[in-house]
Amino acid sequence: MRDMVLLGDEALAMGAMHAGISAAYGYPGTPSTEILEFLQKQAGRGNPAEPAPFIASWCANEKTAYEAAVGTSLAGRRALVTMKHVGLNVAADPFINSALLDIHGGLVLAVADDPGMHSSQNEQDSRFFADYARVPCFEPRNQEEAYAMTLEAFEASERFHVPVMVRLTTRLAHSRAVVRVGEGKPPRPLDKSANPAGWILLPNLARQRWDRLLKAQEKLREYSEGSPYNPLSLSDSDRELGVITTGLGRNYYEENLEELAGQRGGRPSHLHVGVYPLPAAKIRSLAAHVRRVLVIEEGYPLLERQLRGLLDLPVAVDGKENGAIPPSGELTPDNVRPALGLGARPGIPYSGPALPGRPPQLCAGCPHRDTFDALNQALAGYERKLVTSDIGCYTLGFLPPHQAIETCLCMGASIGMARGAAEAGLHPVVATIGDSTFLHSGMTGLVDAVASRANLTLIILDNSTTAMTGTQPTIMASPQIPELIRGLGVDPAHIRVINPLKRHTEENARILKEEIEHRGVSVIIALRDCVQTLKKKSRLEVAE
Amino acid sequence: MKYDVLLAGVGGQGVLSLAACIAAGAMKAGLAVRQSEVHGMAQRGGAVLAHLRLADRPIYSDLIPRGTADLILGMDPLESLRYLAYLAPGGVLVTATEPFVNIPDYPGGGELLAAIGRLPRHRLVDAAALARQAGSARAANMVLVGAASGYLPIERGKLEQAIAEMFAGKGEEVAAANLKAFAAGLAQGGRP
Repeated sequence: MRDMVLLGDEALAMGAMHAGISAAYGYPGTPSTEILEFLQKQAGRGNPAEPAPFIASWCANEKTAYEAAVGTSLAGRRALVTMKHVGLNVAADPFINSALLDIHGGLVLAVADDPGMHSSQNEQDSRFFADYARVPCFEPRNQEEAYAMTLEAFEASERFHVPVMVRLTTRLAHSRAVVRVGEGKPPRPLDKSANPAGWILLPNLARQRWDRLLKAQEKLREYSEGSPYNPLSLSDSDRELGVITTGLGRNYYEENLEELAGQRGGRPSHLHVGVYPLPAAKIRSLAAHVRRVLVIEEGYPLLERQLRGLLDLPVAVDGKENGAIPPSGELTPDNVRPALGLGARPGIPYSGPALPGRPPQLCAGCPHRDTFDALNQALAGYERKLVTSDIGCYTLGFLPPHQAIETCLCMGASIGMARGAAEAGLHPVVATIGDSTFLHSGMTGLVDAVASRANLTLIILDNSTTAMTGTQPTIMASPQIPELIRGLGVDPAHIRVINPLKRHTEENARILKEEIEHRGVSVIIALRDCVQTLKKKSRLEVAE
Repeated sequence: MKYDVLLAGVGGQGVLSLAACIAAGAMKAGLAVRQSEVHGMAQRGGAVLAHLRLADRPIYSDLIPRGTADLILGMDPLESLRYLAYLAPGGVLVTATEPFVNIPDYPGGGELLAAIGRLPRHRLVDAAALARQAGSARAANMVLVGAASGYLPIERGKLEQAIAEMFAGKGEEVAAANLKAFAAGLAQGGRP
């Protein structure tokens, strides 16, 4: 046993490593990125003559990452897949279907949700996906649990032959504390699944697999009822209030518990849920013991909505559905207080000038700045124009001083939306997308646009990296991208490469305008390295 | 005993290193530590906030409750004031005085420093100038560690040890400049 200072993300990674994984696959996404980054560092640390027993690899997108991990499981070895919450939408197809497979080597999906939308388009709650797929979910509330639950998740995956989710949220993913870690297990030997019917979801076989999964639910419920991660304590003195917490909700409850117990003359009854499916018997015991149940859960009201159902209950329920707890954003030690009957704590009042916000912005010297300047010049004077955009640093191009883009929906949507808007009659329509996002899910949209001869111009903001999440390498090097685009059917005469530098702005605007005027699909690659990558490179060179 | 520190600044100012340094010192002093950070989009020249909690007993929440922080440590006057609602009535605000101006509407004319001056407990430190004198403009965050050290429940030696270890990989010169910056902050005096 030794003590390590780890982020929640790193503690989860350490758990996977000690569970003896053979592979970890993922796509970068805040707040999940540091899981795979940590594994890559660990894999690269060993003696080159004795390579690490696992690989840790970025993939084109979350779906391909998940599928790779399913292949590892079929081969009898353990695999971890990492992504952010919206990434699971992309991987939902293999994830939901894989619940019907005869999972062999442990398969664990680590997904990091972002309540409060610190760095995301929404705050969807991945526990719904685990519930939908009918697979177990572990929800750690601190770094120690992130480590221990990941170890246990691999055991559960092999015991019940299903994929298992470990759900993190931003605050835990990016918070550091001391974790006591044990010894690692060796990776599993190669051992291909001996059940061929367990891996082919032909309808007649899939029906059998679905029946098996439904039958397994009783075992999964027994497992979660008995789990020490779902502790129930009933108070003899307080028969009025019962509190149910999930995830970080417990931390904020406990932060206030001393004061609460002082005010109420004792601690209320409490159930914490750290493992799903929901421990229904424990929830019933708590509800039968009290007159009012307060549900404090990080994320959407998953437990609360099941509790409320459609019919009247003999107990009152407070939570996000009736506004006792704020229905959006992160929980905090402060915003759970009113529901607990505790008053606000006086801070120090501020008196002085208004404090303006300080939103993030594109770095000084960022190539996107020069591309947006050229684009704004090229589009001056057009009335019915549209500039769609995508997920990356360049989404900040919406803000002053550039105000160059108009949309951000999901990975790759800039191209699909541009096609639809162009076919609806807008012109000019320009889609802007980064190289990593294009490789993630922009290519398919471009194939559609080429097939329908849509009148749009695509700008690939190629900075040769996945910049926003911390400059991870992309899946394909920049020099190969023009060839890829030719291969997708774009007319080579309308594939142009520009160098987005301030001194080329006039010329770049002219090239953009030419391609905007071309009736059909044109692609402009704005190629220049991310300044953060350059900084990193020069630091490495200095160190050497 | 518990001691909660809110660290505020702008992406790129070294707020996370500042937090990491105090956290490392606290662990050497045998305290329990939790440190919550902001990664991702917020680092692109935007406001950065870290919660650092030190205690001699278990700490539950990664976030400091409002009205209970013992210390706000700012790398910029505007950012140090942004989270004033978190400061306990008896808490102290320590901030670098040089403004980091990357927004058009940054309040000028000394209004922010005047607002800080009205707080019951505060200390203004010209961290940028002291860091330059110490030999590294990038060490302003270590000046702040020094200036705050009189308030922290951590012996000076443990903080120095943490700084030395943190910069050990970057060469003797860098480590020496950062220790000098720490000493310069410390020399700003005892508790006001």
